[in-house]
Amino acid sequence: MKKSLICIGCPRGCRLEIEMEGETITVRGNSCPRGESYAKQEMTNPRRVVTAVVHTTSEQLPWLPVKTSAPFPKAAIAPLLNRLYKMTVTPPVHCGDTILEDIDGSGIHVVATESCR
Amino acid sequence: MKEEKVDVAVIGAGAAGLAAATVIAAAGRKALVIDREDFPGGILRQCIHSGFGLKYYHEELTGPEYAERATIAAQKAGASFALGCTVTDIQIDMMGEFTLVLLSAADGVRKVHADAIVLAMGCRERNRGNIATPGTRPAGVFTAGSAQKLLNLEGCLPGKTAVIVGSGDIGLIMARRLKWSGMEVKGVVEIMPHPSGLARNIAQCLEDFGIPLWLEHSVTRIIGRDRVEGVEVAPLNHGEPDMSRSFTLECDTLLYSVGLIPETELAQQAGVLLDRDTGGPLVDANYETSVSGIFSAGNVLHVHDLVDFVSEEATRMAHCVLARLDGAPSAEKVGNEVGSNLKYVVPAFHTPGATTNFSFRPLIIADEALLRAESEGKTIWEKKLRFVRPAEMISVTLPGELLGHAPITFHLQDTATR
Ligand SMILES: Cc1cc2nc3c(=O)[nH]c(=O)nc-3n(C[C@H](O)[C@H](O)[C@H](O)COP(=O)(O)OP(=O)(O)OC[C@H]3O[C@@H](n4cnc5c(N)ncnc54)[C@H](O)[C@@H]3O)c2cc1C
Ligand code: SF4
Repeated sequence: MKKSLICIGCPRGCRLEIEMEGETITVRGNSCPRGESYAKQEMTNPRRVVTAVVHTTSEQLPWLPVKTSAPFPKAAIAPLLNRLYKMTVTPPVHCGDTILEDIDGSGIHVVATESCR
Repeated sequence: MKEEKVDVAVIGAGAAGLAAATVIAAAGRKALVIDREDFPGGILRQCIHSGFGLKYYHEELTGPEYAERATIAAQKAGASFALGCTVTDIQIDMMGEFTLVLLSAADGVRKVHADAIVLAMGCRERNRGNIATPGTRPAGVFTAGSAQKLLNLEGCLPGKTAVIVGSGDIGLIMARRLKWSGMEVKGVVEIMPHPSGLARNIAQCLEDFGIPLWLEHSVTRIIGRDRVEGVEVAPLNHGEPDMSRSFTLECDTLLYSVGLIPETELAQQAGVLLDRDTGGPLVDANYETSVSGIFSAGNVLHVHDLVDFVSEEATRMAHCVLARLDGAPSAEKVGNEVGSNLKYVVPAFHTPGATTNFSFRPLIIADEALLRAESEGKTIWEKKLRFVRPAEMISVTLPGELLGHAPITFHLQDTATR
């Protein structure tokens, strides 16, 4: 099977040409190794870094920006967002603090991306 | 009335202002960063998505993370801040000293005296008025950036169903953001035959969600009296809408992502001349404007697509500010121009013998291209480039020994073999 994809690894956006034969995946068109690992990941288990804002009890910063600590399985993004939108965080929070630990045993966390006193 | 004296007043606490203040304060000079917002960081604070800092911090960060790092660096270097203060006027006395008038809810009017000024006011978005869409004027029409601010800083959804006009990066990022917030996005309408945002954003913000992108289409009418009810969209045929093939999209929200313009009102008030091609201040190789002692960097100078370039540019500028404070004369100026396929070059002047970083905005899409500097009819420098896109700024450094007393014209040529 052949497929072409745009690499989302950096602003360059290389066009990746992918060939899948059984278990082996060959990638062409990438300008760096990250393109190849992205293509392989995308063909087997697509993931994205998820960013959102969660409610806080702070008047100064009522909405805290957060992200997943690593790219998160695409299929599980919607339920994750639903959980985040229902949460309320109480400061102090530091940039990098874990807001949600080990989401569904994935080893991936949700972390704060801004500090709030 | 509060009054104070600093070495350098930096207007704007975005990536540009923060990087400049860091360098200036680290050199032992008194730097005051002024911003009308209550938090430093500028536009970065509302850009909660990731994709910043790969070049400058060698790590993929979100906007708020980048802002926090840059703020901490400026604070550690010893810069001070005047937040929640809008600069309303810049006055220059006979001795060349500047007085800035600041307005704030907390202190009323405040005055700051400075030996040099850094303009780092960023840019603002073009809106519907700038591109003149016919139709009614109902509620529900936003610029993509103001919707981003509403959603990310105030937690408010702009509506239920959106159409995005223009395929700039902010609009694309917002398409994903709206989808992730439970809104429906009917599509993105772009008049050009190619998207104006980055390919990666087309992939991860539109294709991931199956959001259609209508290229060479135009919004011909906004429908709705009190609130947007829909838009009429038509394909373009030689630049003219073909109404026989028009269609209607129902929506209650319309986001415009049709480009950015430098925020230059204050600069103009201070007598700073603008560059026709960039819309920002005209600067020499030291990033000094036409008014001696006033410098500029970041989005107010020319619209950057990557924050990393903003920080780098502001850092280079800050070293020139320091040199001026230490008594260096203003730069000798030889003009630079753009020829084929380039929208602008910054700086618009070079100094003979001084190694200079030049930034360009290309007008073409080319997988392989040649950037060439020509002076007195001869090619003095050239560089092969890959993946040239109007969405991406080009930044190159030319060694000082090549830069002489004659003007330079830059050309960009598509060299891809098809
Ligand atoms: C919505 C959006 C999405 C982006 N996405 C990306 C991305 O994914 N990756 C990336 O690398 N880059 C991205 N960029 C580009 C990058 O973030 C910006 O180019 C950069 O942050 C601009 O920095 P700046 O300091 O020049 O301007 P700004 O951040 O705009 O800062 C200007 C500051 O000046 C202040 N100011 C203006 N006038 C006055 C006045 N009279 N008095 C007091 N204060 C004043 C403003 O309040 C503001 O805080 C994006 C830009 C935008 C707009
Ligand atoms: S392959 Fe490498 S250079 Fe190309 S877009 Fe991906 S990360 Fe960037």
